[in-house]
Amino acid sequence: MNGKGIYMDNHATTPLDPRVLEAMLPYFGETFGNAASRSHPFGWEAEKAAEGAREEIARLVNAKAKDIVFTSGATESDNLAIKGVVEFYKDKGNHVVTATTEHKAVLDTCKALERKGLATVTYLGVDKYGMVDPDDVRKAITDKTVLVSIMFANNEIGTINPLAEIGRITREKGVLFHSDATQGVGKLPVDVESMHIDLLSMSAHKMYGPKGIGALYVRAKNPRVRLTPIIDGGGHERGFRSGTLNVPGIVGFAKACELCRVGMADEAQRVFGLRERLREGLFAQLDEIFLNGHPVHRLPGNLNVSFAYVEGESLLMGLNGSTTPIAVGQGPAPIAVSSGSACTSATLEPSYVLKALGVGDDLAHTSIRFGLGRFNTADEVDYVVERVAHEVRRLRDLSPLYEMAKEGIDLKSVEWQRD
Amino acid sequence: MAYSDKVIDHYANPRNVGSFAKDEPDVGTGIVGAPECGDVMKLQLKISDDGVVQDARFKTFGCGSAIASSSYVTELVKGKTVDEVMAIKNSHIVQELSLPPVKIHCSVLAEDGIKAAIADWKKKRGEPAPKEETAEATTGR
Repeated sequence: MNGKGIYMDNHATTPLDPRVLEAMLPYFGETFGNAASRSHPFGWEAEKAAEGAREEIARLVNAKAKDIVFTSGATESDNLAIKGVVEFYKDKGNHVVTATTEHKAVLDTCKALERKGLATVTYLGVDKYGMVDPDDVRKAITDKTVLVSIMFANNEIGTINPLAEIGRITREKGVLFHSDATQGVGKLPVDVESMHIDLLSMSAHKMYGPKGIGALYVRAKNPRVRLTPIIDGGGHERGFRSGTLNVPGIVGFAKACELCRVGMADEAQRVFGLRERLREGLFAQLDEIFLNGHPVHRLPGNLNVSFAYVEGESLLMGLNGSTTPIAVGQGPAPIAVSSGSACTSATLEPSYVLKALGVGDDLAHTSIRFGLGRFNTADEVDYVVERVAHEVRRLRDLSPLYEMAKEGIDLKSVEWQRD
Repeated sequence: MAYSDKVIDHYANPRNVGSFAKDEPDVGTGIVGAPECGDVMKLQLKISDDGVVQDARFKTFGCGSAIASSSYVTELVKGKTVDEVMAIKNSHIVQELSLPPVKIHCSVLAEDGIKAAIADWKKKRGEPAPKEETAEATTGR
């Protein structure tokens, strides 16, 4: 626990590992050169650091170093992969296959291409756990399909897609395969060779690295992937992404990858243990709560639960310290989690991911996402279980829905006065 | 998001939480909103024969601002006549609780809730239901 409370929102971002910070510091100071300066030691030193980092990052996903293209993060990587392929292969076709549960960086990129008339997109549905059926991918591919984009692990519910099976299909059909692996890389093994992935988006800040740096893996051989760049300029990164390299960020990204790779098996086991402790604790304390996402095939650190009859934002308010805006150390420690309720959004629409799973809007409004990570402890989990159970009970005492349900009223049969 | 001190106070210490027996002749009950919209308010008013609100109760499923709006309105209506209650506007709630624009619908729901409770009370007394009138969202600013 740090001074601001307990951080369990590790899908939003992760804290920077102190070892990553240490690795980065020299590159903010004396090692300031431009990696593209070929004519002096300042540039050589920066280039050496960036190229060493490229090796380390590639190693985490079993890629070749030269196939790693540095970007500002996964959103840019997704944009470059999808827009770049659609633009470059426009003479071959204009059809893209993706899924309804993808991150907005993928969905909104696809929608932008549709709006401009540059692509037609098939949005595949998912099963009740949020998983894409590889057979649906096979059926969706036409002779106009240039790209299939399916995420590795979902950012809300943690469900893991069967990438290897999808990759077999895309390879067999001769269609490029992109995966937004932002949430899964560094947490679980990813292998671009065995999974037949041609383009892979990654982000440093989801794996205890710095913000503002990410990468797109772009396969150079078997098959060679071509892209039209979004950012033109000095021709950096094989011409795919111009711009002076963010050397401190790249060095931090590589250190984060190394730490994840070396500690992956142990960390996955430990974080999974904490997640299960949290899940078991909450389910033991509270009735009428429901797991969203896959019971087994999910990120070790992800728990997404609907607390029936308690609106998510009101629960967040009880947990996040809104009600105790007083000096740190007084009142209960704030807990950082997030909700699939969209009471703060202009549309008042709850999570589109939960909707895609067939979770009703009523339960979607009551969902909370817990994201456990490297720096969480069992004590924190126990504290969170107690606090959440306490707040849910308090808010259920305030909830007319809980009262009606306890009176045996079927809430589905009530004629509500909608606002 | 930042909540106003008053919203925080009503959320942390909600006033008049609970339920009256729905079938009591002097109790009017209004239930507004829907679970799939993310907020449901149940507002109950205990009203004397001469049309003065003696007491009020609420239960709310919704965000902190919805809870605060309904809690506040139960305080506001006590001692008011039925006509005075019917004249309450959501903009008053918006102003009192400093609700941001995205939370105005919470105040609208609270206004609808007390009006639905009055309508229920009138119906029980055999009075003609008031003209169907739901709150118009106003910012109060």
